[in-house]
Amino acid sequence: MPGILILAEKEDGKLKKYSRELASKAVALAKSLNAPVYGVVIGNQASAAAEELGAFGVQEATAIEGPGVQSYTGDGYAKALLPLIQELKPQIILASASGMGKDILPRLAMKLKAGLATDCVELSIENGKLKAKRPIFSGKVFVDVTFLSDVQLATARPNSFAVTVVDAEKKAAVKTIQSASEGARVVVKEVKEAEKGMKDLTEADIVVAGGRALGSSENFKIIRDLADTLGATVGASRAAVDAGYISHDHQVGQTGKTVNPKLYIACGISGAIQHLTGMQSSKVIVAINKDPEAPIFSKADYGIVGDLFVLLPILTTKIKELLGK
Amino acid sequence: MNEHPALPVRMKGVRGEGATKWRVKVRLCWTAKQIRRICGVNGPPDIMKIGVLLKQTPDTETKIKIKSDATGIDESDIKWVINPFDEYAVEEALRLKEASGGGEVVIVTAGVKRSVDSMRQALAMGADRGIRIDTEGVSVDNYTTALMLSKVVSQENFEVVFAGKQAVDDDGVHVAHGVSAELDWPCVWPIEHIELGADKKLVKVTRPVGGGVKEILEMQLPGIICCDKGENAPRYASLPGIMKAKSKPIAELKAADLLGGATPLVQFTHFALPPERKAGKILKGEPEQVCAELVKLLHEEAKVI
Ligand SMILES: Cc1cc2nc3c(=O)[nH]c(=O)nc-3n(C[C@H](O)[C@H](O)[C@H](O)COP(=O)(O)OP(=O)(O)OC[C@H]3O[C@@H](n4cnc5c(N)ncnc54)[C@H](O)[C@@H]3O)c2cc1C
Repeated sequence: MPGILILAEKEDGKLKKYSRELASKAVALAKSLNAPVYGVVIGNQASAAAEELGAFGVQEATAIEGPGVQSYTGDGYAKALLPLIQELKPQIILASASGMGKDILPRLAMKLKAGLATDCVELSIENGKLKAKRPIFSGKVFVDVTFLSDVQLATARPNSFAVTVVDAEKKAAVKTIQSASEGARVVVKEVKEAEKGMKDLTEADIVVAGGRALGSSENFKIIRDLADTLGATVGASRAAVDAGYISHDHQVGQTGKTVNPKLYIACGISGAIQHLTGMQSSKVIVAINKDPEAPIFSKADYGIVGDLFVLLPILTTKIKELLGK
Repeated sequence: MNEHPALPVRMKGVRGEGATKWRVKVRLCWTAKQIRRICGVNGPPDIMKIGVLLKQTPDTETKIKIKSDATGIDESDIKWVINPFDEYAVEEALRLKEASGGGEVVIVTAGVKRSVDSMRQALAMGADRGIRIDTEGVSVDNYTTALMLSKVVSQENFEVVFAGKQAVDDDGVHVAHGVSAELDWPCVWPIEHIELGADKKLVKVTRPVGGGVKEILEMQLPGIICCDKGENAPRYASLPGIMKAKSKPIAELKAADLLGGATPLVQFTHFALPPERKAGKILKGEPEQVCAELVKLLHEEAKVI
């Protein structure tokens, strides 16, 4: 029987938000195929997160644990997944377009001779097959992807699908597999945490971003203050990154990260095309810029023309008041 | 030198279609070991043979237009450049060659005729030669592209292959991983810093994993390294570099010969522009007042805070 396999991810033993979105979408797709959905979670203590998939309507899930998957490597995880895929023979395999999904699905696609659509913002079933819509040219164009292969693979952009809880109490039946470590060709030697507790840009609900106008890394504090108040992640333009005000991890845009938050606040960012393509799918955009002609205003839902050094501290205070902080 | 009669021909660089084709055949059957033996005559004995997967993409400034029948993009006004991430790959490959005391950097492209211009640019940066898989008139997707490139990579016996972390046209993050899977090589993605181990059997790489976390990984060679923007800015081609690049060889292979009948697994069926975002409200007034108004709007109208 054809089924859908979803590669779910966890953090601190809990299912990631984008994995809940993916599970919800997969269950909806499976309905029109009349097929089961299987889940798989990989890594230490994967079984707890795998159980959580039940709430979204996934009945069965596999947890792959053990020394072979102790720390993430694309090579190791893809290898650990293959036997399960060969056993389940799913027709469709879905993952999130996260660092992990983007790293693993193309390897599986090649091994399975399966078509792959990456970073999809829409997924549907047409004539019994998966059909996808995805941005290309960093969001300048949207394209429909039709699969010509029997097995179909896709990654879904975080924040693209709603979370649908079927039964909050329901736990998926979990089978745990141990993965041995022999033959690792890529080994994690060290993990460095440059900045503590920063949620990744691609997953953030709110992003506060600063541009060249900030003028120094010290000045980025006013961006960070506003971000902390909102529980947001800090973003930046390439000009701010290249000037050394902040690390490349924060860069939003064509050669940085594509973000998809519900709120994006662009401060002192002109709105060059390479920046816009990385953030224009944000649900609500706010622009603060002292130049009324700045292109960013043409994309912004709300704009304030003015000096960010004056405006941001006031804005931060007002939001603190609203949130009772 | 006499025992390797092909070498002087190779070094001179031959222009013209026929000559190029002939030369590829010779070159593709050389193994890394043979190349080492040959170069041992003049150069250091332990050189690295480094491949770079390069794609030509529209300049990032390009306004993309769609054909009236929505089946593709209108390519008439596009300025074509090296995919920005592949430029980092070329830079890292050149640095690795320099660090390992010699070797060869080979640019491999699957693309139509115009992609030669981008290959020449990489040769002007310092790469040694190119191989283009001619895809003119062939329908390709990321799967078939990966398949063709993997054939070249294995025929060339590269010890390490660099690629960009993604192409900025289809944003697929697919081809380099596909090559690695096809060859059963390890692959690391995305990578911003690279160091070659002393025995040249391992590379140590730095990988940003989001949220400010970086991993240091060790990968066995041969393997594929997919480059992100890192500490090294791609070098500009010097004028002598540009002059030299003109005579560096670019071999040409035919897509059909490498595909062995394989066909695409996905098709892009309908192209559309995203819904145009309209400019919204500009708030006017004193700082206190506009900030208060913005907070109110975000809370009550947009309901995002
Ligand atoms: C291949 C390529 C890839 C690229 N990739 C990216 C990418 O991924 N991301 C990216 O962002 N860019 C990218 N760029 C660069 C992009 O073209 C722009 O140069 C960059 O986005 C500009 O950053 P900025 O808006 O911060 O700076 P600027 O364009 O200098 O704009 C600064 C803005 O701040 C305003 N300002 C100044 N002072 C104040 C103040 N006190 N208060 C309020 N406003 C003020 C100014 O009016 C101006 O609008 C790329 C470019 C290329 C060629």
